[in-house]
Amino acid sequence: MTSNPLSNKPSNSKLWQPNRALSKSVETGVKALFALFAFVSVVTTIGIVLTLIFETVEFFQEVPLWRFLTDTQWTPLFTNQQFGIMVLISATLLTSVIAIAVALPLGLLAAICLSEYAPAELRKWLKPALEVLAGVPTVVFGYFALFTVTPFLQSFIPGMQGFNALSAGLVLGVSIIPLVASLSEDALYSVPRSLREGAYALGSTKRETIISVVLPAALSGIVASFILAISRAIGETMILTIAAGQNPQLGFNPLVPIQTMTAYIVQVSKGDTPAGSLAYKTIFAVGMTLFLITLTLNVFSYWFVRRFREKYE
Amino acid sequence: MTKSNTQSTNLSDSGANPNFDLSINKRYNLDKVFAIATWVATSFALLVLAILLIDVLTDGLGRLNWSFLTSFSSRRASSAGVLAPLVGSIWLLVITASISFPLGVGAGIFLEEYAQDNWFTRLIEINIANLAAVPSIIYGLLGLQVFVRVMEPITRGRSVLAGALTLSLLILPIIIITTRESLRAVPDSLRQAGFALGANRWQIIREQIFPIALPGILTGTILSLSRAIGETAPLIVVGAVGFITFLPQLSFQGLQSSFTALPIQIFDWVSRPQVEFHQNAAAGIVVLMIVLMLMNSTAIFLRNKFQQPR
Repeated sequence: MTSNPLSNKPSNSKLWQPNRALSKSVETGVKALFALFAFVSVVTTIGIVLTLIFETVEFFQEVPLWRFLTDTQWTPLFTNQQFGIMVLISATLLTSVIAIAVALPLGLLAAICLSEYAPAELRKWLKPALEVLAGVPTVVFGYFALFTVTPFLQSFIPGMQGFNALSAGLVLGVSIIPLVASLSEDALYSVPRSLREGAYALGSTKRETIISVVLPAALSGIVASFILAISRAIGETMILTIAAGQNPQLGFNPLVPIQTMTAYIVQVSKGDTPAGSLAYKTIFAVGMTLFLITLTLNVFSYWFVRRFREKYE
Repeated sequence: MTKSNTQSTNLSDSGANPNFDLSINKRYNLDKVFAIATWVATSFALLVLAILLIDVLTDGLGRLNWSFLTSFSSRRASSAGVLAPLVGSIWLLVITASISFPLGVGAGIFLEEYAQDNWFTRLIEINIANLAAVPSIIYGLLGLQVFVRVMEPITRGRSVLAGALTLSLLILPIIIITTRESLRAVPDSLRQAGFALGANRWQIIREQIFPIALPGILTGTILSLSRAIGETAPLIVVGAVGFITFLPQLSFQGLQSSFTALPIQIFDWVSRPQVEFHQNAAAGIVVLMIVLMLMNSTAIFLRNKFQQPR
C-alpha cells in the first residue's frame, strides 16, 4: 500500500477519500425511513379495519345483528327506529346494476376500438380525451344527472320522479366507462402480435380474431378491470347522493327516489351528529358493510388474475 | 367477392365444421357491424363528455364574473361567491401535496430499489393494490375517527389539517404506484454504472435514478392531486362545511380552522331548492374544471417536456 501514489500527497488525498462511514450511515438511515413510509400504507389499512370494527361492535351491542339483516325498513333517524341494511343494499345493487350494464359493454367496445381499430394517430388523441372524462369530479356528474339527464328522460318516461335510480345509474355508468376502457385496453394491447397473425393465417376475419383469440388471451386483465369498475360503482357517492335521492325504501323500481349506502353516510355526516350517538355508529356499520363487499370483490379479482393470467415474453 | 363466394361453396361441399360460417360475405358484414359498434361506443363516451361540458358552460358562464370569484358565500344567490371554497381547495392542495409527495415517493423508492422479495414487501404490495380499490367514502370514515376524534388535540377536530391528512392517505397508493413505474423505466445499466464507480445505492438513486424518474413521478403526483381536489365524499364525512365567510390564517392556527372546498360548495348549492343557487353551482363547476384543467395541462406539459426519446 505504500506504493500507492496517492499516499505521497496527503493534502490531495482528502479530496479523493469519500467519507464512507458517513455515506453508509446515510444509506442505512434513508432505507429505514423509506421502509417506514412504505409501512404507512399498512397502517392505513389497519386503521380502516380497526375504525370500522370498533364502532360496528358498539353498534351491534345496541342493535342485534338479525334485526340489521332482516328489518325491512331503514329509519335510524326517526323515533321508530328500524335498521334493515337490505334496504340500502337493494338501492346500491339497483344503481350498480344499471351502471354496470352501461359501463362494461361500452367500455370493452371502446377498449377494442382503441387497441384494434383506431389508427395510431387518432389513438393518441382518443386516450387523453377519455382521460379527461375520467378526471371529471363526481359532483359534476351528479349535477349533470340531476339537471340534464333526469329532465331529458322525464320527457318520454311518464311517472319518473325528480330523484331516481335510473338517471343516477346511467350517469354513474358513463363515469366509469374510461376506467374499463383504459384498463381493458392495456390488457388487449399487450397480447402479442403473433397470436393475431396466427389467427389471420388460419383464415379468421378481424372480428373473429378479436373475439376468439385476443379477448380470451386478455381475459384476466379484462375481468380485473370489470371488477374494479363494479367496486367503483358500489362505492360511488356523490352522483347517487345528488341525483338518486335520500329516500330509503326496499325494492328495485328505478323511477323513484332511493337511498344507497354511500348516500346514507353523507346524509348523516352533513348534520352534526355527536360521536357516540347511535346515528354516528350506524354510518360505521354501513361503512363496514360497504368495505366487506368491495374487499370480497378485490380478493376474488386477485385470485382470478393469478389463476388465469397468460404470460407472454 | 364472387371469387370468395365460389370458394365458400366449394368448402361447404367438403363437409367442414357446421359451426363455422362459410359465407365469407356474411362474415365480412358482421365484421363491419362489429367495427361500427366499437366506434359508436367510443364516440358515445366522448359525446356525453361534450354535452356535459357544453351544458355546464351554458348554465354557468352567465353567472361567472370577478365578484363571483372574490365574494364569500351568502344567503342570497346573487351575491354569493366562491372565494372561501377556492382558497380552501388551494390550501388542501398545498398541504396534501406536502404530506403525500414525500411519503409516496419514499415508499415507492423503498419498494422498487431497496426491498427484497420477502413477506414484508409482498404484504405491502397486496395492501397497496387493495387500498387503491377502497371506496373514497371509507377514507372519510377513517379520517373522521382518527384525525377528527383521536388526534383532536393536534387537528382541533373538523379542520383543514384533518381534511388534508385524509386526502393524503387517499392518494398515497396512486403516488406509490406511479413512482414505482417511473423508477422501473430507468434502465438498469445506469445503476450498474453507478455501482462500478463505487457509489452506494442511495447515492445512485439521489444523483442518477431519481432525477431521470422525476418528471414521471411529478406527472403522476399532479394527476392524483387533481383527483384529490375533485373529491367530495370524504371531505363531507370529515366535516367540511358549506358556509364559510372567512379565509384561514397563514399559520398553524389556520390549519386548525374549519374549512370548505369547491366540490363541497357545489354540492351545497346543488342541494338547495332555488334555481338561482343551481346556476351558482354551474358557475362553481366551471371554476373547479378550470383549476383541474390547469393542473392537468401542467402534468401533460411536464410529460412532454421531459419525456426521454427512446
